[in-house]
Amino acid sequence: MIRFDGVTKKYPDGTVAVDDLSLTAPTGKITVLVGPSGCGKTTSLRMINRMIEPTSGLISLDGQDTGRMNEAQLRRGIGYVIQHAGLFPHRTVVDNVGTVPRLLGWDKKETLERSRELLDRVGLAPELADRYPSQLSGGQQQRVGVARALAADPPVMLMDEPFSAVDPVVRDQLQDVFLDLQSELGKTIVFVTHDIDEAIKLGDQVAVLRVGGKLAQISDPAYLLAHPVDDFVADFVGRDRGYRSLQFQPAPKLPLTSERTLLLGESTAGVSGDWVLVVDDSHRPLGWVEPARVSGEVTSEHLHRGGTVARASGSLRGALDAALSSPSRRGVVVDDEGELVGTVRAHEVLSLIEATDRPDEDRADAFAEEGA
Amino acid sequence: MIASILEWLTSSATWSGEAGLGARIVEHLWYSLLAVVIAAAVAVPLGLWVGHTGRARWLVSLANSLRAVPTLGLLFAVALWLGPKISGELAFLIPSVVVLVILVIPPILSGVYAGVEAVDPATRDAARGMGMRGMEVVRQVEIPNALPLILSGLRSAFLQVIATATVAAYIGLGGLGRYLVDGIKTGDYVSTAGGAVVVSVLALLVDGVLALVQRLVVSPGLTGGRTGRTRRGRSEPTTASTSPTTSTGSSTRSPARSGMSAGDGGVDSHAT
Repeated sequence: MIRFDGVTKKYPDGTVAVDDLSLTAPTGKITVLVGPSGCGKTTSLRMINRMIEPTSGLISLDGQDTGRMNEAQLRRGIGYVIQHAGLFPHRTVVDNVGTVPRLLGWDKKETLERSRELLDRVGLAPELADRYPSQLSGGQQQRVGVARALAADPPVMLMDEPFSAVDPVVRDQLQDVFLDLQSELGKTIVFVTHDIDEAIKLGDQVAVLRVGGKLAQISDPAYLLAHPVDDFVADFVGRDRGYRSLQFQPAPKLPLTSERTLLLGESTAGVSGDWVLVVDDSHRPLGWVEPARVSGEVTSEHLHRGGTVARASGSLRGALDAALSSPSRRGVVVDDEGELVGTVRAHEVLSLIEATDRPDEDRADAFAEEGA
Repeated sequence: MIASILEWLTSSATWSGEAGLGARIVEHLWYSLLAVVIAAAVAVPLGLWVGHTGRARWLVSLANSLRAVPTLGLLFAVALWLGPKISGELAFLIPSVVVLVILVIPPILSGVYAGVEAVDPATRDAARGMGMRGMEVVRQVEIPNALPLILSGLRSAFLQVIATATVAAYIGLGGLGRYLVDGIKTGDYVSTAGGAVVVSVLALLVDGVLALVQRLVVSPGLTGGRTGRTRRGRSEPTTASTSPTTSTGSSTRSPARSGMSAGDGGVDSHAT
């Protein structure tokens, strides 16, 4: 657990970067610090590993005052992922990953094994191990950055806009890799971003900071979207927050309708109706066809692929989006193996939403207790 | 003329004996190496310290202003001052080496300082963030990343010292300068020109060896290696730090090295 107690950072020229910040980053959870530039989020992060010293206030790590710890030892016990990765250009990928273990005095063989294992875990091919950072793409460098931070298996990780410098598709992949890793490792993570979508996707807890380094609101993402505390937070979390908050509401039992399906290659003869769903041999949905427009066998070219696919175990957002994006207006729902279980209509999802309570005060409290 | 120089260079009489060309080359290299080693022992730690801490940058400017001191004048001054206090051959060796050390401290110091200074701040920040202590940052991050500039400083130092070590002959010491000084005195221009040619070839050879060393010790991650991708902010400081070295060097010291135009020109054009 990382605790900020009335932490202030004031520079000699009078600029206040962080103003009386108090918050707790619970053990095993991801706490995201988010806010516009100049809100002191990076400064706050860097005060945890004492890359920046607070002017006043106390930061503690599992109850121990970090100000009294040896700086180098403190940092070796904290994984640090830096914007643009900050890899050592003169070291190979595998040696970059092994940096902290070597500082901690692990022997070469042990370090090498651990580094290779981590490269695998972050999804990098083994042949990249002996490359140099300049030979990698931005996304690959970031993966190395994450692996390097994890190398000595620190209980705490600090991540400073780690995915901001890569394109949106790669960012999405990296976020998924990161969430996968976290579900296995359960690190205590403080994550800085200026991207509210990223904050909501990754955070167990989101702290919104305003310019001047003041904490505006801290809560779990669903509650933040449902109950922004003031206009600043409301503006910052964005206009479509109502829709996005659905992503935190697990779909209850969806009222599914079974579909008449066609196999790819089957003839449409004798099939009526506007739209018919085409599936593969394992009953996985492939796309919709209009039987009237197809004479003979259904081929891949006939398929309309515009619709998204929702998981039965997923969120209400997924279910609603599947219904809204489907050309037949019937949202395709699959099980965890990707096999078709039925379809759902938008009004059915909406009535479920209306029947569900919005996240309320009780829920926020429950989260805080669980976190502590 | 060229034919007689070639004849002089290939004749066994030129090479043999205690005062032969072979022995002179060894002497010449010995003075040069001694000067560079002593200068590096001073300038490398100093440059690392200034670059690492960012303190006392004026030391680098001060050292660079030493480049304006005429080598030959300094040599006579030091020899007159120190000579009587020392006995034997050291009375000649020490002043010569002192002068050469002063000559090559600036290029080594600027190379080391510029190299450390040019290390990407993000890289240094990452090193500290990983928990490296001051000396660990210097050894594991700053030196390896500064190596291309450190070595180009050393190369430039070797080029200058080999060209300039000829001045030792003015105060009666050996080395290749003997051919220049004695040749001019006796009107034996063939050995003068021959000596100059040997000086330039020697400088080029040593530079070639150092270039090879540079290729072996500098991390391929810094040179772009197989991909040919250049790192941002790396190429610029390289040219910025080496070009003043050679341009100020040739303009301010050329009067002190009259009669060595062949070696001088060859050296400088190679260094840039």
